[in-house]
Amino acid sequence: MASHNESIIREPLITGNDITYAKITNDVLRPVENMPTKAWWIGFAVASLAACLWVFAVSWTFWYGIGSWGLNKTVGWAWDITGFVWWVGIGHAGTLISAILLLFRQNWRNSINRSAEAMTIFAVICAATYIVAHMGRPWMAVYSLPFPNQYGSLWVNFNSPLIWDVFAISTYFSVSLVFWYTGLLPDMASIRDRATGIRRRIYSVLSFGWTGSVKTWQRFETVSLILAGISTPLVLSVHTIVSMDFATSLEPGWHTTIFPPYFVAGAIFSGFAMVQTLLLVLRKVLGLENYITMFHIESMNKIILVTGSIVGVAYLTEFFIAYYSGGEYEQYTFLNRFVGPYWWAGCMMYGCNVLMTQMMWFKKVRTNIPISWVLSIVVNIGMWFERFVIIVVSLHRDFIPSSWAMFYPTWVDMSVFIGSIGVFFTLFLLFIRVAPSIAMAEVKLLLKSSSEQAKKKLMDDGHVDPSHAEFYKESLTKFDSVELSQYEKA
Amino acid sequence: MSSTKFILGLFDDPDVMMHGIDKLQKNSVPIYDVYTPMPIHGIDDKLGIKPSRLGFAAFMFGCLGGTTIFCLVYYFLVHDWPMNIGGKPAFAVPDFIPVTFEWTVLFTAFGMTITFFFATHLFPGRAPRVMDFRATDDRFVIAIDAKGNIPHEDITNILKEAGAVEIKHNDRKYVSYE
Repeated sequence: MASHNESIIREPLITGNDITYAKITNDVLRPVENMPTKAWWIGFAVASLAACLWVFAVSWTFWYGIGSWGLNKTVGWAWDITGFVWWVGIGHAGTLISAILLLFRQNWRNSINRSAEAMTIFAVICAATYIVAHMGRPWMAVYSLPFPNQYGSLWVNFNSPLIWDVFAISTYFSVSLVFWYTGLLPDMASIRDRATGIRRRIYSVLSFGWTGSVKTWQRFETVSLILAGISTPLVLSVHTIVSMDFATSLEPGWHTTIFPPYFVAGAIFSGFAMVQTLLLVLRKVLGLENYITMFHIESMNKIILVTGSIVGVAYLTEFFIAYYSGGEYEQYTFLNRFVGPYWWAGCMMYGCNVLMTQMMWFKKVRTNIPISWVLSIVVNIGMWFERFVIIVVSLHRDFIPSSWAMFYPTWVDMSVFIGSIGVFFTLFLLFIRVAPSIAMAEVKLLLKSSSEQAKKKLMDDGHVDPSHAEFYKESLTKFDSVELSQYEKA
Repeated sequence: MSSTKFILGLFDDPDVMMHGIDKLQKNSVPIYDVYTPMPIHGIDDKLGIKPSRLGFAAFMFGCLGGTTIFCLVYYFLVHDWPMNIGGKPAFAVPDFIPVTFEWTVLFTAFGMTITFFFATHLFPGRAPRVMDFRATDDRFVIAIDAKGNIPHEDITNILKEAGAVEIKHNDRKYVSYE
C-alpha cells in the first residue's frame, strides 16, 4: 500500500507543509516548462565554450597525432588514462544510487537517483571520448571489436584486460542508459500530458506512449528491480576490470592484488563527491530544497566518509605490502611518491582523499552546505591526483634509471581535460532543461509515508511516544528547509 | 442510449482509491483499468492481474548472452586461432569470465526491457492512450467501461460515496487523440 505509517524517529525525506502530488509535479517541472534562467544561460555559455575547446583540442590531436601530447618513451600513459579512469569513477555513483540503494530499500535514493544516473551517463561519455582520443587514430577503435577481417581472421585477444574493458565499459554505458531511460518514461509522460502543441508531440514520442495503467506499472517495477539486480554486480565489475588494466601488468605500483576493491571504493567515493557537487548547486538554483534535504546531503557525506576511509585503508595496505614484499622496485615506487620529484602529487592524493574527508566525522561538517560543497570538490581533485600518481608517478621512474623521465603536459593535454569537463556540464545543463531532474513518480511514493507533513500529522494525532517525538524534533534542527518554530508550540 | 463510453472516477489519494476499487468490486462493477501517477502496490492483486513473467524472460536472455559470448570466445581463441602464450592452454576459462559476465548482463538488460516494451506496447511514436490527462500528475483514475454497465448513475454514486473528487462520463475512450 502507498501509505503505511513510517516510524517517527526516521528523518523526513520530503520537507515542507503544503506538499501535494500536484506541487511535486509543478516544482520538479518548473525548469523544464519555463524559459531558462540567467544562471542557466551563464553556466551553459561557460560549459559550451569549454566543450568547444574540447572539440578543438581533440581535432588537433587527431590531425597532428598523439605527439601533440606531452607523452614520452617512459611515460606513455598520462593525462589521457588519468582522465579516463577519473571519469569512469565518477560515472559509478549513479548506478550505485539507483541499483544498490534500491536493493537495500534506501528510500532517500528516490529524489537523487535521476540526476545521478544522468550524471553517470555523461561521465561515461566523457570517459569513452578519452579512450577514442588516446588512440590517436580514432578509426582504430574498430580493431578493439572481434569483427571478421582480412588477416585470417585475426581476433582480438580475450585474455587481455584491455579487451575486457571494452566489453565492460560498453555494457555499462548501454545498460545504464536503458535503466535511466526506462525510469524516465513515466516522468516524460507527465510532461507530455501537461504540454500542448509541438511540445506534446515531442514528449509523446519520448514517452513511448506511457499511460500508467496497472499492468504497465507492475511490469515496470519488475523491470526496475531486475535491472537493479544485474546492475549491482555490473557496476562493481566495471571498475574491477578498469583496475585490472593496471593490476595484471608487472609495473611496480600497478601490480597489486588489492586494486579491484580499492578502485571500486575509490570510484564510489569520487562518484558521490560529484553527485554532491552537482546536487548542492541544483537544489538551490532549481529551488528543490524540499526534496533534496539535509538528510540526503548528510547521507551522501556519510557514504563519502566511509568510502574515503576504505580508500585510506587501501593506501595503507599498499604501503605495508610494498615494505613487507621486500621487493626493492616495489619499495622504491612507494617511497618515490613522497620523496620523488612528484611529492606534491602524492601529497594532493593522500591529503585530499584521506585527511580532508576525515573531517566528515563531525556532524557540523556533514550538515554544513558550503563546507560539504568545498569538500566534494576537494575529493574530486584528490581522486584525479590518485590516478595521476598511480599512472604517471609509477611510470616515470621505472626499472632502468637511464630512462627515468618527467611528464610535462602540453596545452593540448590540458585543453582535452578542461574540455571534457565542459562536455560533461553542457550535457548536464541540457538534461535539466529537457527532462525532470528528480524522479517525480518515485518521490510521490514517499509523500504519504516519509514526508515531514505526514509525520507532523502523526504527532498531532497524538499516537507517538513523546520521547520519540522529542528525538524527531531534535533531528529536524539540522534541516535548512524546515520551519522549526511550528514545532515549538506543539 | 447514452453516448458515454467510459466512466472515470478521479481520486486524489491512493488509499481512498483502493477503497473505491473494493467498493466497486463489492457491487460487481467490473473495472477496466486503473491509471496512477506512481506505482501503487496491491492494485494488481485486486484486479486479478497475474504476476509478471518478465523475470523468466530476463533469465533466459541472460543464459543466451552468456552462452553466445562464451561460444564465440571459444571459437576465436581455441578453435579458429589458438595462440601460444608461453605454452599455456588456449582454453583459459578464467580469462573468459569477464566478457561472459558482461554479455550476460547486456543481454538480460536489453532482452528484458525490449520484452517489457513489446508486451506493454511501448515504443517511440506510439500514440498515448490517455483517458485523463491528470493521471500522470496527481489523480488516481479508475476507469469503468460504460458498455453493459448500467445504470451509470449507480456507478457514479458508488464512486462518489467512495470519495472520488471528480467523476467523468467520457464520450471518447481516449482524450489524447486529436
